[in-house]
Amino acid sequence: MTGSRTARIIVGILFVALIATPVVLKRIAVARETAEAHTNAATALARHGFYLQEVSHAAGITFVHEAPVLDPKLEPIMPEVASMGASVSIVDFDRDGWPDIYVVNSAIGRKNALYRNMHDGTFKDVAPALGIADVNQSGTGVSTGAVWGDYDNDGYEDLFLIKWGRPELFHNDQGRGFTRVSEQAGMPLWINADTAIWFDYDGDGLLDLFVGGYYAEDIDLWHVKTTRIMPDSFEYAKNGGRKYLFHNLGNGKFEEVSEKVGIDSHRWALAASAADLRGTGHPDLFVSNDYGVSELYFNDGKKFHEVGKETGIGFAPKSGMNAAFGDILNQGKYAVYVSNISEDGVLIQGNNLWVPKQGTTGDMLQYENLARDFGVELGGWSFGAQFGDLNNDGTLDLYLANGYISLDRNRSYWYDFSKVASGNSTIIGDAANWPAFQGRSLSGYQNKRVWLNDGEGKFIDVAQAVGVSDTYDGRAVAMADLWNRGVLDVVVANQKGPLLVYKNTVDPNNDWIEFELEGTVSNRSAIGAQVTLFWNGQQQVQNVSGGTGFAAENDRRLHFGLGKNSKIEKAVIRWPSGKIQTIDQPAVRQIHKIKEPA
Amino acid sequence: MSQVSLPTAIPPAPAPKKISLLSFDNRYLAPAFITCILLVGHLTFGILESYQKTLLAIVTSIGLELLLGRIFYHKWMHPASAYISGISVGILVRSPAYWPYVLCAAISIMSKYVLRVKGRHIWNPSNFGISVLLFLAADTVASLSIQWGNYLLPMVVIWVLGSVIIARLHRFHITGIYVASFLAFAFLRSWMTHSPWQSEVAPITGPMYQLFIFFMITDPKTTVRTKRGQCIVVFLVALLEMVLRLNQVVYAPFYALFIVGPSAMLFEIWMDSRRTNFPKAVAA
Repeated sequence: MTGSRTARIIVGILFVALIATPVVLKRIAVARETAEAHTNAATALARHGFYLQEVSHAAGITFVHEAPVLDPKLEPIMPEVASMGASVSIVDFDRDGWPDIYVVNSAIGRKNALYRNMHDGTFKDVAPALGIADVNQSGTGVSTGAVWGDYDNDGYEDLFLIKWGRPELFHNDQGRGFTRVSEQAGMPLWINADTAIWFDYDGDGLLDLFVGGYYAEDIDLWHVKTTRIMPDSFEYAKNGGRKYLFHNLGNGKFEEVSEKVGIDSHRWALAASAADLRGTGHPDLFVSNDYGVSELYFNDGKKFHEVGKETGIGFAPKSGMNAAFGDILNQGKYAVYVSNISEDGVLIQGNNLWVPKQGTTGDMLQYENLARDFGVELGGWSFGAQFGDLNNDGTLDLYLANGYISLDRNRSYWYDFSKVASGNSTIIGDAANWPAFQGRSLSGYQNKRVWLNDGEGKFIDVAQAVGVSDTYDGRAVAMADLWNRGVLDVVVANQKGPLLVYKNTVDPNNDWIEFELEGTVSNRSAIGAQVTLFWNGQQQVQNVSGGTGFAAENDRRLHFGLGKNSKIEKAVIRWPSGKIQTIDQPAVRQIHKIKEPA
Repeated sequence: MSQVSLPTAIPPAPAPKKISLLSFDNRYLAPAFITCILLVGHLTFGILESYQKTLLAIVTSIGLELLLGRIFYHKWMHPASAYISGISVGILVRSPAYWPYVLCAAISIMSKYVLRVKGRHIWNPSNFGISVLLFLAADTVASLSIQWGNYLLPMVVIWVLGSVIIARLHRFHITGIYVASFLAFAFLRSWMTHSPWQSEVAPITGPMYQLFIFFMITDPKTTVRTKRGQCIVVFLVALLEMVLRLNQVVYAPFYALFIVGPSAMLFEIWMDSRRTNFPKAVAA
């Protein structure tokens, strides 16, 4: 009897301890974050090897994004239906060897900006002079993104403007101006897209173009015929926009071939990126979808095969908003980072870090989500993210923008959101059934994440410590060595907010190397080229991308951090044409300009 | 939200010897039904966070039930109730982490043994576990709050099958009163807040409410005994839920049941004790 009573007391104590467990865990986490946040630039440099300083105004950049004002019938939930559009892409449009910045606006009548790098730490908006500023005119919709690719191989990067409206293709006239060639190229009259990428899917040396629709393309958001424009399910929606694959015919014209090559989806695409995941020489296509599962298309050079379920990424539906590749473990393999929604107490989807399963390769490739294990799972209402070695220590770090709608700090729309999101398709699918926002926030004013890779399978958030303290509604992130200093700077486009330029200061003892590639047989932008660097007994692979993250494009140039006392064995370049080029012992701390051998 | 433990509390019907395809031990009805929902939901829509997490919750529940049964009552408890608790946790808890599944299942089962008044546990186990976790670990845990798909058919099947099972167990009045009350309060909220009535009705069309309505609020071990009392209590759950909803509490049904359920149980226990003591007082 005494033993039984003792057992009961122990069970009682254990019960109380279990209930207290979440509280204790939370307190420990908060204490850690607080300790980390209280540092200055010098401490950050010493502790983390870098710090970031927001310099947009000093650099002459005063751009502020404006959101679209859509049909008045959508007014009650306008903050939500018009919640995207901010985008940034990096391009050296005039081939002067210095990265420039193109940023879009999303309100009718507002202008996009092309910030030319003036080589002295400042930028100057040259978009109006070059004819790519006034592109958000009434009746043609507004910009939601831009990707650059040299589709005619003339050496100058051309511009595809992603829109809710009439998509536009602009030919780059040798850096001196742009000519609108949308009709000649065969672009559709209207799409409602947030993502597009350039890639040469069939290896013919000509860049093709993938465009992923979000809202259905028969909807003119400024003149909606019905309020039934919303997703018909929060996690299983298939009433989004169609997908397009424009095959480059080489004469300035494109042929839409999506259905022919096996891409037929009406999910709500928000992000796409392409890389050769299986070593076949053909770029595979990853599409992150809102309101549903992501899609992975294996490419055999002629046809695409959707293998989401087979590879493991296509089961748990979430709110995919990003697609970025990174060799996070320096193993010569790409992981894929997909951002989703996490809001305390309401919705904990968690972001996905899809890492190739050990022992699976080629067509049998499988992924497992290790975001929690690596510590990159919870990032609020996450949007754009990019991998890049921010402190040049030899491992890829991760920058994440987040925050959905920042209005009244003290009133949240989450209750109403969760109410409708749980409703049947007949309810959720109609904007008229959604309660009015009335100035409330929805996951607003969020702290960004700058996750530092420790190289041993853990990422640690150092955003506050290294100077990233803004709480704008972040959308697109792009990385580039803006001032050719051998470090990655970060540019962030915010919805209804300013374009931020975070200038990076890195521990000078850490080495680096950069590669600027130019195709000859392959597409001239070298999109799809892959560089594997072997140094100090390790390797890292990177891919030249024609669009990655969310509504973003990084600089073409590939940047590798190397750490201290680095000795590079070789760099192996696999060109999209299939050619393999090996460069033995390339010099560190240099930008290597490499042309594809004939 | 609470567990689907209704049938486990009703003893099997006394010895109908003839074997019939239609005869089925009531104790296994709910486990079988919820397993069906789970499998169909997951195989068609992938409702589970993962098989492993659900399995973890089930194993934790059953393991603890067996262990605590030995400690407290010196016998092996029937695992059906714990199985349902575990599977409820597996469906309703949404977290990318593993530990909430273990913790929630453990708290749920332990509450049955620790939180007792006059020999009765007063909280529905998984309602207790999930409510506690949602309240204290909101940064890691949420609950199932989305559709399993956008098709009407699965919803209709669950409603029909659930109604049949609940009617067979003579507890349809609880479900009926709750649904009627919820709908009435939904329209009242819509009128008060000027929200579209569809948005107020929306939650009841989701799977979380299907589980809540057919099984959880009907748990006999944590509901009062009289039919009239059950009707009043479930009406009060809906009423408190409405008050919480007016205050924008996302998990209003969980918390409403968490508060009203045990309060009603305590009231009944107090009334029972008064009835027991009253004759003695008169005699004295």
